[in-house]
Amino acid sequence: MKVALFIPCYVDQFYPQVGIATLELLTKLGVEVTYPLQQTCCGQPMANSGFAHLTPNCDSLFIKNFSDFDYIVCPSGSCTLHIKEHLHDEIRPDEALSIRKKIYELTEFLTDILKVKNLTASFPHKVGLHQSCHGQRGLHLSQMTELTAPPFSKPERLLRMVDGLQLIELDRKDECCGFGGTFCVTEEAVSVKMGKDRITDHTKHEAEFITGGDMSCLMHLEGILRRQHSHVRVKHIAEILNAQ
Amino acid sequence: MKNHPELAEQFNTDEARVNWHDETLWWVRTKRDRMSHALPEWEQLRESASQIKNNVLSNLSDYLIQFESNAKANGIIVHWAADANEHNAIVLSLLRQQGATQMVKSKSMLTEECHLNEYLEQNNIDVVDSDLGERVVQLAKEPPSHIVLPCIHKKKEEIGELFHEHLGTPKGNADPQFLTHAARLHLREKFLTRKVALTGVNFAIADTGEFVVCTNEGNADMGAHLADVHIASMGIEKIIPQRKHLGVFLRILARSATGQPVTTYSSHFKKPREGKAIHIILVDNGRSIHLGRPDFRNALKCIRCGACMNTCPVYRRSGGHSYHTAIAGPIGSILAPNLDMKKYADLPFASTLCGSCSNVCPVKIDIHDQLFKWRQVIVKEGYATSGKKVGMKVMNSVLSHPSLYRTSGKIGRWIMNHFPSVVNNKLNPWFRQREMPEPPKESFREWYQKNKKR
Repeated sequence: MKVALFIPCYVDQFYPQVGIATLELLTKLGVEVTYPLQQTCCGQPMANSGFAHLTPNCDSLFIKNFSDFDYIVCPSGSCTLHIKEHLHDEIRPDEALSIRKKIYELTEFLTDILKVKNLTASFPHKVGLHQSCHGQRGLHLSQMTELTAPPFSKPERLLRMVDGLQLIELDRKDECCGFGGTFCVTEEAVSVKMGKDRITDHTKHEAEFITGGDMSCLMHLEGILRRQHSHVRVKHIAEILNAQ
Repeated sequence: MKNHPELAEQFNTDEARVNWHDETLWWVRTKRDRMSHALPEWEQLRESASQIKNNVLSNLSDYLIQFESNAKANGIIVHWAADANEHNAIVLSLLRQQGATQMVKSKSMLTEECHLNEYLEQNNIDVVDSDLGERVVQLAKEPPSHIVLPCIHKKKEEIGELFHEHLGTPKGNADPQFLTHAARLHLREKFLTRKVALTGVNFAIADTGEFVVCTNEGNADMGAHLADVHIASMGIEKIIPQRKHLGVFLRILARSATGQPVTTYSSHFKKPREGKAIHIILVDNGRSIHLGRPDFRNALKCIRCGACMNTCPVYRRSGGHSYHTAIAGPIGSILAPNLDMKKYADLPFASTLCGSCSNVCPVKIDIHDQLFKWRQVIVKEGYATSGKKVGMKVMNSVLSHPSLYRTSGKIGRWIMNHFPSVVNNKLNPWFRQREMPEPPKESFREWYQKNKKR
């Protein structure tokens, strides 16, 4: 099984520890992982801003980097969803399509492909799970509260395998944090208000950590937490699943 | 004119009020959840409603002609209006025919879209909105901020103040029951003395030529039954094929809108009584153009329940007026650009694309996907700001060239570490209320090359 690691650009630049945790976790689970060195970005920042017509270069670069693998694993629901929904290439349409089918967000790769039943991780803290909308509603990593359908949650299932971890309940299980890509700066007032409210839901239930599958949501929440001088910290789910 | 971010920022200057607005609408969303989750067949109902509406949109002209001929056979007078101006002129001519200078009107978002009230006022017609919430915003000289809950942005104290000023209730009285009673007495007089009543239309049935108006207050019925002339304004997409299809739509409408099993009044109008008249105005106003846009046409499935507004985390925290259009929220943001792309270029961007709207939509409109698609159209048509265009081009060229990306990343992190004030300043909207991430010494790639690369 040839597995490639796709580390989103902002994780590569600002949160290397998330990439490291993902790599270590997968290695620990017996997966041989390769990190293609010429990778950059999925193209989502442009596309979500209305500039999808600019991304063909990003798209073909992505295909060049990743088409040789059986699976592509990415510690971000949002970037994974973007590739799944929008990757295309006029010269190599089939390769684009095949990548769309073999890219997995980290937690779904663990539960659906590796079928992980237990982990050796330990994280003795109260943790709140912030589900990123793209991971949840886009990739269906967990059930959505709007639907009349049986509940399930892939990230939650994994977090429950971590020793000592206490998962807190939230009042609003799947409310958006307000990051939203360029929305976080173009609609600064609403974005920050949404982030503050998301944090309050966690602090009200005494979370020590906020975790999630998308570092972009967590980067936004971390920015607010640090401005508030809060002791609550953010940790990507890969770091918790890999914690000793 | 101010755009969504500016109006939203204004709304957010009073945080306590934003909290109150958010919690009020979230409460409606929870009521909707309770009602929909209690029906095991809920998702099937949504699918049925969606399919019926797809059928309607694919056969719209046939159903409209069928409706027209059946309605005429029932004795209803049918008018066609290509746009808002034609619609408004028809209403005015009907009023003039009656020699009426006053009209009572129940809720109709179409007439908001057509700016009928302003038009009639300019022509010296006194219009009274008879839906309680609409009456409140009318007295306040404001547009509705929500399609189902028009004055949801107003607190009861503010309504007490308005009623004191306009209806003479005692100053400082904000008791909802008392104020509702005062409004009832005030409106009853209007109902009894108006010769012409206008209502909206929730559903028009092609097969029978009848139409259905749903209200909780019975105000449409009061108006229509007491007047000599009943005018019903209807967007052409409100057609459904047969009466039996109401069994689907009446079940999902109120559950989605307010979390009630059904609207208090679902009134059928089929033929005028002796000596009275019913007119129906079938209004296009951009709908045919919308129908011709394959990516966006299914927005015309909308039954105006407002569920997407109640669930929208942005709407709840920016208020209906921040959308500066008759229909606010996610659905408004995909309808408005069809009418005026330049004026409403900001609206498809007033969303995080979280997708909750598409999940609550009872007719399964792919709202958040359409928001994404409108963004592409708006940029291609040239309505993005020049700053954004330049920024996106630079960003794209950096991300398309691996070595340029790595160098820029390295330089960027170095600057942030050594000269933080370059990014930590007022010009950076991120930094206004958030700290920037702390840049690490090495990127993941640098770490990988040192530690893992074989």
